[in-house]
Amino acid sequence: MKRSVGERVFDCMNTLLMALLAVICLYPLVHVALSSFSDPAALMAHEGPILRIVGAPTLKGYEITLNNRSLVIGFRNTLGYLVAGTLMNVLLTSMAAYVISRKHFMLRRAMTKAMIYTMYFSGGIIPMFIIVTFTKIYNTPFAVVLPTAISTYNVIIMRTFFMNIPESMEESAIIDGAGDWTIFTRIMMPLSKAVIAVITLYYSVGHWNSWFNAMIFLRERSLYPLQLFLREILILNNTANEASSDFVELSMARDLVKYCTIIVSTLPILIAYPFAQRYFVQGVMIGAVKG
Amino acid sequence: MTRTHQVAARGSMRKGIHGLADNIRRHPVIYLMALPVVVYYIVFHYAPMYGLVIAFQRYVPARGIMRSKWVGIENFVKFFSDMYSGRIIRNTLLINLQLLVFGFPIPIAFAVLMNEVRRQRAKRLIQTVTYMPHFISSVVICGIFLDFTKSNGVITWVVSMLGGEKIDLLTRAGNFQPIFVSMNIWQEFGWDSIIYFAALSSIDPTLYEAAMIDGASRLRRVIHITLPSLLPTIAILLLMRIGNMMSLGWERIVLMYNPLIYETSDVISSYVYRRGLVEFNYSYSAAVGMFNSVCNVTLLTLANIASRRMNNASLW
Repeated sequence: MKRSVGERVFDCMNTLLMALLAVICLYPLVHVALSSFSDPAALMAHEGPILRIVGAPTLKGYEITLNNRSLVIGFRNTLGYLVAGTLMNVLLTSMAAYVISRKHFMLRRAMTKAMIYTMYFSGGIIPMFIIVTFTKIYNTPFAVVLPTAISTYNVIIMRTFFMNIPESMEESAIIDGAGDWTIFTRIMMPLSKAVIAVITLYYSVGHWNSWFNAMIFLRERSLYPLQLFLREILILNNTANEASSDFVELSMARDLVKYCTIIVSTLPILIAYPFAQRYFVQGVMIGAVKG
Repeated sequence: MTRTHQVAARGSMRKGIHGLADNIRRHPVIYLMALPVVVYYIVFHYAPMYGLVIAFQRYVPARGIMRSKWVGIENFVKFFSDMYSGRIIRNTLLINLQLLVFGFPIPIAFAVLMNEVRRQRAKRLIQTVTYMPHFISSVVICGIFLDFTKSNGVITWVVSMLGGEKIDLLTRAGNFQPIFVSMNIWQEFGWDSIIYFAALSSIDPTLYEAAMIDGASRLRRVIHITLPSLLPTIAILLLMRIGNMMSLGWERIVLMYNPLIYETSDVISSYVYRRGLVEFNYSYSAAVGMFNSVCNVTLLTLANIASRRMNNASLW
């Protein structure tokens, strides 16, 4: 197929424009990564974009960051919330999706409606706070994982997937005398590995990044997830490690520590992302069929 | 009673309370499986909705909902005479309107233009990179943007190159909304475009071939084939977006704002959070929150009616 000159110019400009957008998306992380290895004094004097390490390369920031006790506690807690939380999320979400996709479940319609309704109307944070204190889970790990145990959006994704599994699979199992639990664990779950991968990833990323519920439902610092400690360091400007008494050095180190903290806390996501991307995209596609 | 139900019964599925009892007896396991799900939704979704009654009370935690004093619409009256109510309603609307006006068309334009990129590998690489910011936590994103808008930050540098002042940008009220809106668009436009890519990939390629034979230029093909095929997706997403309009991204506002710039950055939800959970005015802030939720549902319902009239797309 021949392309006119105009078309070729357009193709070229278009590709360049798209590439520019990609660069804009990537730049902030590159900036932070390069800064985290830079000399703090040179960094303070530097202006404008950073395209290479400024001044003499140093690992000092990482040394301080990795020795930060609260980050270690944060990592450990987040890992706990992530593993336990995601297990519970996936189990409950699959069960919810299973029951509302079964034709012989009489409350199917009512339950689906009641669940979807919560996507558009909620009591808000004050009544939620009262419920959390009322159920005595305030300031316990349960306060972090229970209020977000099921995401209705994910239930809908999974239900759509379940409904597309041919009924003949289920019928032959019923003839063999299988009950709902057997059909659920032996037939539906094994056939749904793709969608389980999708929602597992959605929930895991959610747990890794969540901070708001922990902020309002936890008082004890020893229970804080990583993001709350990050908030202290990045947003509230409290660097826990303040061993140095020299003020200037301290404030320079503070910026350096910020950059290193961002890299250390985001690295797991960045490493997992290229492998997981396919599943994330699949999730949007399945959800888009009937959302 | 029983008789009519027996008449109405079809197969194993009878209606009404007897039918339900029958259904439970036949399939007890499915009810056991539904139980934890139902308990979750009751405790963490419907109980809080019931909890909204404190908006009509002077709620005291020690007395609980049952024994707190009822005050009618006092809290709502107080809200509308609150010196800040105009400000937070204005900011909520302005920020969300900007997110809608700028944030909604950009992913569509991006998907359409990306669809014209011929090099498959470049395309895939650009997609991977532009989806990525979506997965970075709000805390980190806000931390980065706070750093970039400091007096020696890189965004401040760009602004100064364009003739702006070299100051901490977020100490000036006028700067908050443009920065906040750009940050959100930067983080989400790639991810938001995925759904359009899905819609684009399902367009029948023979349509393009036929148009090409008829001599339609590339621009005409985009206008007459690509855009019309995206229209149903656009309608549904616009609808969902409007329904969530009053609640979008406010947790990030709590991370980004500071008292110096409340004038342009304080929104209804952040105000509810401060008055309720920092200052412990439960009833008052529940009332403000309820006002917000009601606005949300009203907007969604109106948008749904409009969409039904115009192109038969509906959320329910």
